[in-house]
Amino acid sequence: MSYDRLTHPLVRENGVLRRATWDEALERAAEGFRRNIAKNGPDSFCMLACARSTNEMNYVGQKFTRVVVGTNNVDSCNRTCHAPSVAGLSAVFGSGGGTSSYQEVEDTDVIVMWGSAARNAHPIFFQHVLKAIHNGARMFAVDPRRTGTAQWAHLWLGLNVGTDIPLAHAVAREIIHAGLHNEAFIERATVGFEEFKESVEPWTLTAAEQVTGVPADAIRELAHAYARADRAQLCWTLGITEHHNATDNVRALINLALLTGHVGRYGSGLSPLRGQNNVQGGGDMGAIPNRLPGFQDLLDPEIRTRFETAWGKPLQPRYGYNLTEMLEAMGEGKVTTCYLIGENPVQSEADSLSCIKRLSMLDHLVVQDIFLTKTAQMADVVLPASAAWCEADGTFTNSERRVQRVRKALEPPGEARDDIWIMCEIARRLGHDWHYDGAEEVWDELRALSPQHAGMTYQRLADLQGIQWPCPSEDSVEPPYLHHRLWETDPVKRGTPAPFAVLRHSPPVDLLDEEYPLRLTTGRRLDSYNTGVQSSGFASPLRRGETVEMSPEDAERLGLVAGEEVRISSRRGSVTAPVFIDPALRPGLVFMTFHFPDEVDTNALTIEATDPIAGTAEFKAAAVRVEKLVKAG
Amino acid sequence: MIPLQPPRRLIDVQIDGEDVRVPEGSTILDACQAAGKDIPTLCYGDTLTPKNACRVCVVEVEGARTLAPACSRKAEAGMKVGTDTERARQSRKVVLELLGSSVDMSTTPRAAEWVEEYGADPARFGDDAATVEQPAKVDNDLYVRDYSKCILCYKCVDACGDQWQNTFAIGVAGRGFDATISTEFDAPLTDSACVYCGNCVEVCPTGALSFKTEFDMRAEGTWDESRQTETTTICSYCGVGCNLTLHVQDNKIVKVTSPHDNPVTKGNLCVKGRFGFGYV
Repeated sequence: MSYDRLTHPLVRENGVLRRATWDEALERAAEGFRRNIAKNGPDSFCMLACARSTNEMNYVGQKFTRVVVGTNNVDSCNRTCHAPSVAGLSAVFGSGGGTSSYQEVEDTDVIVMWGSAARNAHPIFFQHVLKAIHNGARMFAVDPRRTGTAQWAHLWLGLNVGTDIPLAHAVAREIIHAGLHNEAFIERATVGFEEFKESVEPWTLTAAEQVTGVPADAIRELAHAYARADRAQLCWTLGITEHHNATDNVRALINLALLTGHVGRYGSGLSPLRGQNNVQGGGDMGAIPNRLPGFQDLLDPEIRTRFETAWGKPLQPRYGYNLTEMLEAMGEGKVTTCYLIGENPVQSEADSLSCIKRLSMLDHLVVQDIFLTKTAQMADVVLPASAAWCEADGTFTNSERRVQRVRKALEPPGEARDDIWIMCEIARRLGHDWHYDGAEEVWDELRALSPQHAGMTYQRLADLQGIQWPCPSEDSVEPPYLHHRLWETDPVKRGTPAPFAVLRHSPPVDLLDEEYPLRLTTGRRLDSYNTGVQSSGFASPLRRGETVEMSPEDAERLGLVAGEEVRISSRRGSVTAPVFIDPALRPGLVFMTFHFPDEVDTNALTIEATDPIAGTAEFKAAAVRVEKLVKAG
Repeated sequence: MIPLQPPRRLIDVQIDGEDVRVPEGSTILDACQAAGKDIPTLCYGDTLTPKNACRVCVVEVEGARTLAPACSRKAEAGMKVGTDTERARQSRKVVLELLGSSVDMSTTPRAAEWVEEYGADPARFGDDAATVEQPAKVDNDLYVRDYSKCILCYKCVDACGDQWQNTFAIGVAGRGFDATISTEFDAPLTDSACVYCGNCVEVCPTGALSFKTEFDMRAEGTWDESRQTETTTICSYCGVGCNLTLHVQDNKIVKVTSPHDNPVTKGNLCVKGRFGFGYV
């Protein structure tokens, strides 16, 4: 189905949404916030900002939360995908961005694509990988499925779902035992090597083969290729981060880079590939519960004072709720009102039924979106917004930290208005007379507060086709990779060393047993996107609707044929979908997307086991069974 | 610490008697452009390796026996190039006549202008001159292949193949005048390896490959480039940050292209970025 754009505000009256004027809707939105804040305090409010909207909108959104309301309860759907990457990278290097740029991928010798179906999920990034392959680089694909990426690989390591840490540990052990670790780098730029070395010692190639299902020879080949390369890139996507122990997974990969010195040099680095256009920017702008704009730590009193002076309001000196905690707090009645901008958690969160239940417990829900999504249908006030990428001015920040200009090409339909205008109007009704003459004014305010964006004027962004952060000065451009400091000979310049992490293997929470013997993993297809709200708008000849993809062996064992409708059940729910037989899947593994939630609600199956550090749910590993439908009568 | 490209020597060449200094490795076309000369090109693509298929860019190099294609021949120190000599003009005229007699060039940008400039007369081979006329292939909702407009420049094949997309959905089938761009066994696109990235449409110089929206609007007579605006923004489908140029007519997106000099995309997009705008 194709969705219609929202063209006018809606308010709930006698249980149903009806058309309203902007004045009425804004007044209702503000009144509900005011009522809840007065009654339950500012921490009863939370905002979900939009990882798809501009940096400028995210900046104003977090400022609204912190200044107008006075809480740090702001987060975005980056929680459902790459928060562990940010958490892992910032714990090791003090900065949450990918360390390399796309051009470096073309100029590298070895590329490891770990849990990343980039050929289909990030096709244009993969073109840089293909350039490298044609230049002679070797690419290794680590993925339970033999994906489009794996088809281009020098070697495909088809591991069992959720065994990334054993595999990474075995790679590390092999590198150490072969004497291929970079001793000079380890000694100068890292801490904790001895403990790490000890922790990986049990993971012999044989032990890892038994747990991961990857042949020992293949693990050895990856280890030697990665360690011996002059330059190597380690790239990952949601195969690493959508697990209950995702931050540990990320740390396991970072360990490998620290072990070999493949970070902080041109061509060597760590690249998490972002799933949404501005996930990177949303975090950079402070639309997360623990960071202020410029990814600056909220708990640092000096930084907080600077923002308090600029904004003229004291900030709470403690972290707010992240998305997962917000949903829990809704269930517990601690959060009673929510301002939700451009997010569709009802269909994007794991365990969707419990999400609906929690949202319905809110006293006041305001949804600002371009469509009347399933989430918007639950709202008390619905505010029609413009589509950021073509109906607004501003900037997005991509996976290589490049801030690029977004420009308005279209007038929004009907009465839909710009996100920033809407937020300012609500702020005004709550006693803060905000006004911005366009996105550039917001951006300049941000530049004054965020050193890493200080040098990025709109003019420079246009002239240089985007600038990668950090960019502290208007007169220079920094190198395209991060953390060169680790290679400095002067210990003062080298700064804080990067810590190795000692990690333990923790298999997926949703255990396989006789009742639920198959491992369900989820992902994207080339022509579709997330909950399908946007991508349903074009007639892709590739689209074939939701299916459950399974190996020929499993299909034969269960007596299923292609196209046959089957029931897929997990411990949480059950759906039906047709069978699609895919030889790229190994026996025991089934695959579904979440692109067609109106037909098949895949997230009714997934588990809401979340990563304790970053709060990301384990979309990639549910236990299911697949059954033939029994004909009625 | 970033390794720079090794510095390139500058060399001097003479274009129509005018001295031009260009970096070593530049083509004659680069030198001509630096000198402000307007050389017609069709098969040349700024993101592709020159194919030397169309010969409309030929220039006269002093001392050379044959005319040289400006798009691929490297400029050499001391080279003397004539861009507008009688021989070069005559050659371009014949190329335009041969193409114009056999191919529908009505949507080729600037073709009519060149025909006039070089005094080409595509009709001179008579009414029964061989043509590649054939019905347009409309086998999906995203883009149309109208091979009656195809000059066999191979750019689409290179863009689909190892130079960019690496999908290899199309190739050249047949020989001589009967050669065509084709999917495997001439199957419809929907039965081919095509992933609908539209990177072939991006590089097509004649409009043989076009967006379905453009094709339909041209058929209706509503396509009007003078009423279109072009705005470059960022795709919203993933975190890679591809640059999109939105062609907008009457507040509707009618076509999406991608800037060729952009460091992220280099003129390429995927199916979502190129065609997934229907929802706005």
